[in-house]
Amino acid sequence: MEHSVRHTVIFTTLLCVVFSVLVSGVSVALRDRQEENRRLDRIKNVLSVAGLMKPGESLSTGEINKRFGERLEPRLVDLSSGLFVDSAEPLAFDQQKAAKDPETSRAAPDNPAKVRRVANQALVFLLKEGERVQGIILPIQGYGLWSTLYGYLALEPDTRTVRGITYYQHGETAGLGGEVDNPRWKALWPGRLALDENFEPALRTKKGGAGSVGEDPYHVDGLSGATITSNGVTNMLRFWLGEDGFARFLAQMRAEREMG
Amino acid sequence: MSKPREVLLDPLIDNNPIGLQVLGVCSALAVTTQLKTAVVMSLAVFFVLLSSTVVVSLLRKQIPGSVRIITQLTIIASMVMIADQVLKAFVYEVSLQLSVFVGLIITNCILMGRCEAFAMQNGPRLTALDAIGNSGGYALVLVFVAAFRELFGTGRLFGYTILTPVSEGGWYVPNGLMVLAPSAFILIGCFIWVVRAARPDQVEEEFRVGALLEPGYEGDLR
Repeated sequence: MEHSVRHTVIFTTLLCVVFSVLVSGVSVALRDRQEENRRLDRIKNVLSVAGLMKPGESLSTGEINKRFGERLEPRLVDLSSGLFVDSAEPLAFDQQKAAKDPETSRAAPDNPAKVRRVANQALVFLLKEGERVQGIILPIQGYGLWSTLYGYLALEPDTRTVRGITYYQHGETAGLGGEVDNPRWKALWPGRLALDENFEPALRTKKGGAGSVGEDPYHVDGLSGATITSNGVTNMLRFWLGEDGFARFLAQMRAEREMG
Repeated sequence: MSKPREVLLDPLIDNNPIGLQVLGVCSALAVTTQLKTAVVMSLAVFFVLLSSTVVVSLLRKQIPGSVRIITQLTIIASMVMIADQVLKAFVYEVSLQLSVFVGLIITNCILMGRCEAFAMQNGPRLTALDAIGNSGGYALVLVFVAAFRELFGTGRLFGYTILTPVSEGGWYVPNGLMVLAPSAFILIGCFIWVVRAARPDQVEEEFRVGALLEPGYEGDLR
C-alpha cells in the first residue's frame, strides 16, 4: 500500500513514542520486584555457603530474611588495608560496578584467574553466634573455560579451614564444568585447608581425586571432564586468598581473634 | 483465504517452523539442555509471537511499505523487552539460566517470518491462530529435544531423577554428548527425518550442481 511521506513520518514517530512508553512503563513498574529478587538471590547464596540453608531447601522470603538477619553481618572491607569500612548500607555495594569504575578500583596484575580489575572494597559476610564470629564469607570470581564464575567461599574463624563453597553465576558446560553446582562436589570442600601453616594459599583441585579431608587437606577432587573449569577454581582461590585479594583482611581477622 | 483450523494446526507438524521451514534453530540448540528452560523459552516465544503479530495485523493498513520491516522489528523488540522484564520479576532463577536467549528472541526468524508473511496480509483473529500454531510447533520441537537431552544427558526430567546416574550411586552412565549443542542438531535432524518419513510430500527435490545446465531441467530454484 502506498502512503505519503507525511503519513510515514507521523506513523513512525507515534510508533516509537507509544512503544518506548510501554517498555519503560513495564520496566519502572517491575523494577522493585527485580531488585528484591536480586537481593534475595544474593542472600540465598550466602545462606547456603554459610550452611544455614540445605541444598534444595526452599524457604519463604520471610524465613530467608530472618535467618540472614539473625546470623549474618554484611561488612565492607578495604582490600589494601584489610580493615572494615563503615557503611550505612553495605548490601547496596555492587562489586562488579565498583570494579569497572577507575575511581573505586585498580588494575589487577596479570593472573591466571583472569581478574582484570579489582574493586578497592569488597562485601564480606560474617557468620555470627551472638558476638562471636563463627565464619567468614568471601566473594570470589575467576575465569573457567567459557565464562567468569562468581561465587562465595566460606572459611572458619581460623581463616585456614574451608566451611563451604558455592557458585551463583557461571556459563560453564552443563554436566561437565557446570557440575560446580553439584551438591555432592560442594560437600567435598568443608574441612579442607585453604591456607598452609604460613597462611599462603595452598588449596587446589586435583585430577583423579583427592584423599579424605584428614589425609589430603590441601586438595579437592577436580571435576571429571572439566579440567579447565577445575583449574579456574584453583586459580581464583589463589588470587582471592593472596596478596591482591583478601590476604590482609584475613591477617586482620586472625589478629583480632588472638586479641580477644 | 485459509481456514482457521488449518492456520492453527498446520504449523504443528505439516508446516513446522523448525522442522520444515528450519527457522529459529539457534535458540533450539541453546536452551534445550533442560526441560524447564525449554518450556519457559517456549512460553516467552508464545507471548512475543502472539502479541507482536496481532499488533502488526491491527496496524497492517497503516504501516507504510517503505518502513514495514523496521516497524515489525520495533514491535517485536518491545515485546521481547517486556517478556524479559516480566521473567526477571517473576521467575528470577529461570531468567538467570535463559540469560541472553530471551533477548535473542528478537533475532528469531520465526517472529519476523510470521509478521511479514502472515500478519501483514491477515486480520487479527486469523493472525492470533497462526501465532498460536507456530509457537506451538516451536514448543513441540523444543520440548522433544529437551526431553531427550535432559533424560539421556543427566538422567533427569524437569530436575527430577529418573535414571539414577553412576555419580549418585545408580547404574546410568550419562551421555556427555547430550549436554553439548551438537546433540540438538542430531535430534532435530532425527525429528525432521521422522516427520518426512511420515509425510513424504515435505521432502524437497534434491539439488544437483549443474542441474540448471542440463536440458529438460524443471526443478524449482531456491
